[in-house]
Amino acid sequence: MALDSSDVAKIAHLARLDVKHDALDHFIAELSNILDLVEQMRSIDTSGVEPMAHPLHMAQRLRPDRVTETNQRERFQQRAPQTEDGLYLVPRVVE
Amino acid sequence: MSALHEHSITALAAALRARTCSARELTAHYLARIQDLDEHLNAYITVTAEQALAAAERADRQLAAGTAGPLAGIPIAHKDIFCTNGVKTSCGSRMLDTFVAPYDATVIERLQAAGVAMLGKTNMDEFAMGSSNETSYYGPVRNPWNLERVPGGSSGGSAAAVAAGLCAAATGTDTGGSIRQPAAFCGITGLKPTYGRCSRWGMIAFASSLDQAGVLAGSAADAALLLQAMAGFDERDSTSANEPVPDYRAQLEDDIAGLKIGLPKEYFGEGLDPGVAASVEAAIKEYEALGASVREISLPNAPLSVPVYYVVAPAECSSNLARFDGVRFGHRCEAPRDLEDLYKRSRAEGFGAEVKRRIMIGTYVLSAGYYDAYYLKAQQLRHLISDDFKRAFAQVDVIMGPTTPSTAFALGAKRDDPVAMYLNDIYTIATNLAGLPGVSIPVAPVDGLPVGLQLIGDVFQEGRLLNIAHRLQQATDWHRARPGVL
Repeated sequence: MALDSSDVAKIAHLARLDVKHDALDHFIAELSNILDLVEQMRSIDTSGVEPMAHPLHMAQRLRPDRVTETNQRERFQQRAPQTEDGLYLVPRVVE
Repeated sequence: MSALHEHSITALAAALRARTCSARELTAHYLARIQDLDEHLNAYITVTAEQALAAAERADRQLAAGTAGPLAGIPIAHKDIFCTNGVKTSCGSRMLDTFVAPYDATVIERLQAAGVAMLGKTNMDEFAMGSSNETSYYGPVRNPWNLERVPGGSSGGSAAAVAAGLCAAATGTDTGGSIRQPAAFCGITGLKPTYGRCSRWGMIAFASSLDQAGVLAGSAADAALLLQAMAGFDERDSTSANEPVPDYRAQLEDDIAGLKIGLPKEYFGEGLDPGVAASVEAAIKEYEALGASVREISLPNAPLSVPVYYVVAPAECSSNLARFDGVRFGHRCEAPRDLEDLYKRSRAEGFGAEVKRRIMIGTYVLSAGYYDAYYLKAQQLRHLISDDFKRAFAQVDVIMGPTTPSTAFALGAKRDDPVAMYLNDIYTIATNLAGLPGVSIPVAPVDGLPVGLQLIGDVFQEGRLLNIAHRLQQATDWHRARPGVL
């Protein structure tokens, strides 16, 4: 499975990774090799096989809809790169 | 009497209860060893000496008062993937280099309640993605048996620390072999429990349908003591198994006469080092001498587990690691031009090459038009792999084989070839895909390097696996060997 530089640039954009132009070649070769490994999956016919989403086939557990967590905004925001008045700061989004 | 770090946890717990040694003395002994020796190994990212001594003093008071928990005063280390309240939790990444966790993971909380003294946080492959501990932002860990070799990964720091006597035992996590493979390379006992057996709450997520917490220890008996404290239902983890926790220690001595061992022919074929094969076969002969019978079985879809894993794990990783956006916590780039630039540069600077590769593969296989060909196909094959094991466990009690195809390889040998690195987990990955428990125990070394025998059990049979491992460790001395250089 050979990817080209526009494929890798698109994947990097979708993944929100800033991959510089000169690093693209490296990723093209490595990702293509990994996809070649993955291609081995095609050797087995899986038509009609149920996909396995959970190793123990457990159903998602539900809980009553009530408040169980207390608000710890200040504590958690201490880990943030930039906050103001209890809000996370990012560059201006709307002009 | 031999040095304190050469004793089993059972012996240490007895010495602490008999007051022939204090918890403070024991913790200070381990801290001194870390101070003296870790510069050669790089097994620890953070050493929490103050907290360790405070926990030890608390344990001494509880021991004196008769209120001590089962692991009171036992000094252990935690893989730096577990959130530890007030202590740096880096996950081996620049992304979390300054992150101090605001709470304890459930596994940490439970071990603390049992009385352990946390010595520190161990080095690991970045976000647990790697098989050599070379992807860590904090540099590679070295194998205590040979400092030019890798310790395995991703729980390489935990494995090296246990093998070198820099902690009595350590926690780890295993998504595709990350406990069993480093345990094999470092000559110790590693247990990956059944999926859902130990809570994932507070354990930084890599691939959520595969990740499982477990133990790296000097013996199966020591691993049983830690698992006892760690296992059990946790309502904060939505995939936690609500199954009773048996008394693992009580099961250790069970008789294994009549045990039916299955040897998958796919685990003894091409690619297996002949020396490793001979060691594994010698250990299986020991089991026959203990009354077990052996038969060949087949796991026909097991050879596809590496390709399947490299769809499922990256897909889940790309989704889990989307949370690292430079906004709420973790690394943020300097002077972002706009929001997209903030995301892209923060992530590009914060993540290393292997993490980026996996995020990109995951993004690709989940992107529009490719889902059926990759992710759905992999989930179908995962079903077939799981069915292979179901058929096998209708015939045998336990599956055995090598943990890894070779002994520990040289630092740098596979660093530039991701696919060669991935194939190192060829015998361990299927177990994660099927959610089964697995143990690696040391058997006869090859050219001075440890070899691991892997035991795979049916779901929730970790007690039986520890029992089977323990019986071999009573009959042989392989697990007692420790590296001489340190």
